[in-house]
Amino acid sequence: MTVLKQVGAPAATAAVPRGDVAIEVDDLRMRYGSTDVLTGVNFTAHRGEVIALLGPNGAGKTTTIEILEGFRMRSAGHVSVLGVDPAHGDERWRARLGIVLQSWRDHGKWHVRELLDYLGSYYTCYSDDRIQRPWRTDELIDAVGLTEHAHKRIRRLSGGQRRRLDVAIGIVGRPELLFLDEPTAGFDPEARRDFHDLVHQLSDIDETTILLTTHDLDEADKLADRIMILGGGRVIANGSPDALALRMSSEAEVRWSRDGQRFVHGTTDATTFVRELFGQYGSDIADLEVRRASLEDTYMALVREFESGVAG
Amino acid sequence: MIRRDELTTAVRAGLRQSRIELRLTLTTVSDLMNYLVPTVLFLGAMIFMRGHKVPGTTFSLGSVSLPSVLGTGIALTGVLTLGLKLAEERMDGTLLRAKAVPHGMLGYLVGKITLVSAASMIGFVLTLVPGLYLLPGVSMNTPAAWLTLLWVVALGLLASLPIGAVIGSIFSEPSWTGIITLPMGGLIAISGTFYPITHFPAWLRDIAQVFPLYWTGLGMRSAMLPDRLAAVEIGGSWRHLATLGVLGAWAVLGLALAPSVLRRMARKESGSNMELRRAKAIARAH
Repeated sequence: MTVLKQVGAPAATAAVPRGDVAIEVDDLRMRYGSTDVLTGVNFTAHRGEVIALLGPNGAGKTTTIEILEGFRMRSAGHVSVLGVDPAHGDERWRARLGIVLQSWRDHGKWHVRELLDYLGSYYTCYSDDRIQRPWRTDELIDAVGLTEHAHKRIRRLSGGQRRRLDVAIGIVGRPELLFLDEPTAGFDPEARRDFHDLVHQLSDIDETTILLTTHDLDEADKLADRIMILGGGRVIANGSPDALALRMSSEAEVRWSRDGQRFVHGTTDATTFVRELFGQYGSDIADLEVRRASLEDTYMALVREFESGVAG
Repeated sequence: MIRRDELTTAVRAGLRQSRIELRLTLTTVSDLMNYLVPTVLFLGAMIFMRGHKVPGTTFSLGSVSLPSVLGTGIALTGVLTLGLKLAEERMDGTLLRAKAVPHGMLGYLVGKITLVSAASMIGFVLTLVPGLYLLPGVSMNTPAAWLTLLWVVALGLLASLPIGAVIGSIFSEPSWTGIITLPMGGLIAISGTFYPITHFPAWLRDIAQVFPLYWTGLGMRSAMLPDRLAAVEIGGSWRHLATLGVLGAWAVLGLALAPSVLRRMARKESGSNMELRRAKAIARAH
């Protein structure tokens, strides 16, 4: 819900290029048999940027991420991830990536600390003058809030704890680029907030570029510098959360009360309406609220608009 | 292509993986049972057969079975344990995890091969030691016997592990074990494990002699049994040269084939493929 959230010009918060390009995708296409899954995806991600990839199931989110991770060969188009074509990425390139898939059930018998320490050991020879790899095991466990479970067997972890471990594994090599596929599924509100703090820390302090998919629009709003919505195999919207919300907010809802009575009015020009309202009733007006379309409204509208376009 | 420090890092990580998993196995009751139950069953069967004689000799049938079972065990764990582990760990994402880590696949394979070899050795020793005490006529008294045992074990593992790797790469789900254990059981039956192979029809003998299973058993018998027992083998000899040839051929073929099959399998691994397999497995279970 965006309640008169921004006073300044919304354009200023839209994505501004920050330094180098981390991901570059140009006319990416993917076809399985005779089905087109991606029909020309274009976007660029800059170093340190957090991008949320949204879209209905089957829109091509996972396919896109798998191509960027180098786990899937594309049909056509140009892709560059950290300056390398993922179809030909070597292990030195791989060491700069972090990957958190949707669900993982591996290493159930192992203990939490043991697994992180072991997986971290693969990164020891990939440090460079900027980044010391891997992340120190105990610090990492602390960063994801698993300290008291460090010596537990992994299969004894709860769903949320397991997910935090997945995230820890994803960042154990101190990646420059992190892929998170629905990272907070199964998190309670506290774990979710901790996770959001971690993402902010990764992107702000370590300049990690993060590409995440989520179904939680509130989360996308909180985390992402930029939101991309996939529909029918291409990007149907791309911009900051505020810019996206504004795009659909031609209609605002104004609520107020006067003499103990509540009123609601829909308008395309909330500013003029409110000015006139005060002009007419002055200090009789109380509980004023102007509600723009939330990100969720925007998202639903965009997807609906897109789907009706496809149908028609 | 691969830098030296990258190679040592991955190999070291792989060895560490096998150490950890071996320790986990030895502290998990169900895993320990997997070692102990077959050992106890086999030893029981051998002791039970102790009084029966190998046809045409005065030698205990139970005692002949000890080296045969040991040899069979080597080839069997190489193929089945490694194959099953690969199929299983493709399902649960262990392989994908390895793929997401730099040179993780290399480390993973080093670790698995070490683990399966070590596990096979544990089963081997657990059967060998009590067997030597409990069964008459078997002995490991000469250096030559130990030398034979060593090369048969080493070559047996080299011949069977790549087969396991290929099978584990081809079959994408653990449910294939049913398909594969049945012919394996048949192969054990015709490979002279519990009964001298010379009493089988020629065509069965020919089939048995194609696979490593028969040869690891023969090799172990040659190490542990008195030389006069060679008389009941094919050709009346321990045929060391042929053992070396067949096991060596399987090892060369497997080592030539396995890396590319594994690479192909690994290339195809992805999150959505794993989900798809899992969904199929769940659908089948219902």
